[in-house]
Amino acid sequence: MTTTLERGAPETYDLPTRVSLADTFSQTMTLAWRATVKMRRSLEVMFDVTIQPLIFTAMFAYIFGGAISGDVGSYLPLIIPGLIGQTVLTACVATGVQLRTDLDSGVFDRFKVLPIARIAPLAGPMVADMLRYFIAAVLTFTVGIAIGYRPGGGFAGVAGAVLLAVIAGWSLAWIFTFFGLVGRNAQGVQGISLLVMFPLTFLSNAFVPTDTMPRPLEAFAEVNPVSLVITALRDLANDGQVTSAVGWALLGCAVVVGIFAPLSVRRFKKM
Amino acid sequence: MNSPNQQPAVRATGLVKQFGDHRAVDGIDLEVQRGEVFGVLGPNGAGKTTMLKMLATLLPIDGGTGQIFGHDVSAEPHLVRQLIGVTGQFASVDENLTATENLWLFARLQGLGRTEARQRGAHLLEQFDLTEAASKPISAFSGGMRRRLDLAASLITRPPLIFLDEPTTGLDPRTRGQMWDTIRELVTEGSTVLLTTQYLDEADQLADRIAVIDHGRKVAEGTADELKSSVGRSTLQLQLVDAADLAATADLTEQLLGEAPAITPETRRVTVALQRTDQSVDLLVALRDRGVAIESVTVQKPSLDEVFLALTGHDTGEDAGTEDAGDAADPTTPTHQMEASR
Repeated sequence: MTTTLERGAPETYDLPTRVSLADTFSQTMTLAWRATVKMRRSLEVMFDVTIQPLIFTAMFAYIFGGAISGDVGSYLPLIIPGLIGQTVLTACVATGVQLRTDLDSGVFDRFKVLPIARIAPLAGPMVADMLRYFIAAVLTFTVGIAIGYRPGGGFAGVAGAVLLAVIAGWSLAWIFTFFGLVGRNAQGVQGISLLVMFPLTFLSNAFVPTDTMPRPLEAFAEVNPVSLVITALRDLANDGQVTSAVGWALLGCAVVVGIFAPLSVRRFKKM
Repeated sequence: MNSPNQQPAVRATGLVKQFGDHRAVDGIDLEVQRGEVFGVLGPNGAGKTTMLKMLATLLPIDGGTGQIFGHDVSAEPHLVRQLIGVTGQFASVDENLTATENLWLFARLQGLGRTEARQRGAHLLEQFDLTEAASKPISAFSGGMRRRLDLAASLITRPPLIFLDEPTTGLDPRTRGQMWDTIRELVTEGSTVLLTTQYLDEADQLADRIAVIDHGRKVAEGTADELKSSVGRSTLQLQLVDAADLAATADLTEQLLGEAPAITPETRRVTVALQRTDQSVDLLVALRDRGVAIESVTVQKPSLDEVFLALTGHDTGEDAGTEDAGDAADPTTPTHQMEASR
């Protein structure tokens, strides 16, 4: 879709009326490149995926370990995948807040007047953020292993879990991208996002087995996509098995994307 | 159906934008021909930028239609976006990237290959005199450099129509002059330009035709000269060498032109409105015959400031003092005077 037109007398017959899938992909990757350049220049956006896993992993393991599983060592197979889910979700909140900040700068209006796919300015930064989810997952596993976690799934299982965490992060980030588009300013987006993130994290099987919860909460926790993902992470990392839980997790992610990606694009088009 | 090639660059009919109870744009008709610079002049809040945003597919159109080279803005936004370049306070570059990175980003997004994108970026940086600042962060850019980069970024695909939203607002006079030169160059290369401005002298300097917008409505349209002559006559101003001649000059002026002049003794000045510009010659000849020594003569058309005041009943909201000072130092003022006395 290179538009090299004669000035003054544009021949508009052969201009495409929509963006091809290949162009959409290339535009998304170009905007992902922009996001990684921004990340390199402001490394403080990496705090939530570096410092947080380091502190939270040790903290949660030692504080809750005894109470929930009797001792820290037997809590680790439960909590490490749970914390990965939690950390990735926190990183998703930053994706939405970052988007809001970006939307308020003039450059987004320029993106909007370019003949590019409407989804590209939203999806680009999200692709770049997969790097952050990757860092979060790897660091959490590393800290876990350092304090005594021995994943039964071995290297392949852990690698599979990291991959799933990255995919899940990208999918769940669409929820927060939508809030990023709806919110009036970065603080507002942060506020709504935390309000959504906490129930999603705590009404899940991340920290405690769901059967200890009252019935209605348990029912929610069972279908919570975060729970589905965490169960799959446990199966992969602890047992090295691609169980049906992995399928359910991917399905849950697909449902989230199926709902929030079109909502976000529609919202973005109207802005 | 008309071939797109015969269509004007911009055609807007009854354009409306409603923000709650407020009609920011209230039924504007506009037609911009190919290859011309069309100026939309109006004070802050007149609806200029809103109108531009609608035509640039950035804001939904609430009423009326907008067409770019015959393509409906609401129905074919993707096609319209391939035909326009937009530079303004609302569409800027990415402050987190360097100038080179910005141009590369926008070139790649618009489908240029890697090598092509790099070459085009380097070429534009050179053309806009930004090569030395190519790898500096944008935050270190001066206002003028920033505007030039904004403009460069919207010219990557050489769009046939360029929207410029207040291209020089906030720039110092020297930088403003440089920006004007850049815009003039664009036009000689064949682009059509639709620009908004709140500076009367900017519209006067750059635009072939001007639409005056106030409170979301178009109150006048025409060339700068047409607008000026629509509201008033030229004035002749004489400065005498000797204050003693003032009374005699005033008498003679009244005799010849049938109108009593205004006299400013402090500056030895006589000012009178002219029915026709050539009347000034009659008066000057008569004064020479009487031996009245004249220090300076100016024939002046009404300024666009006066046009604006006459059309809208209020001024442009600019600091009048600054504007006057700018005019006095403006080397183009004598041009108008020469035109007027022709």
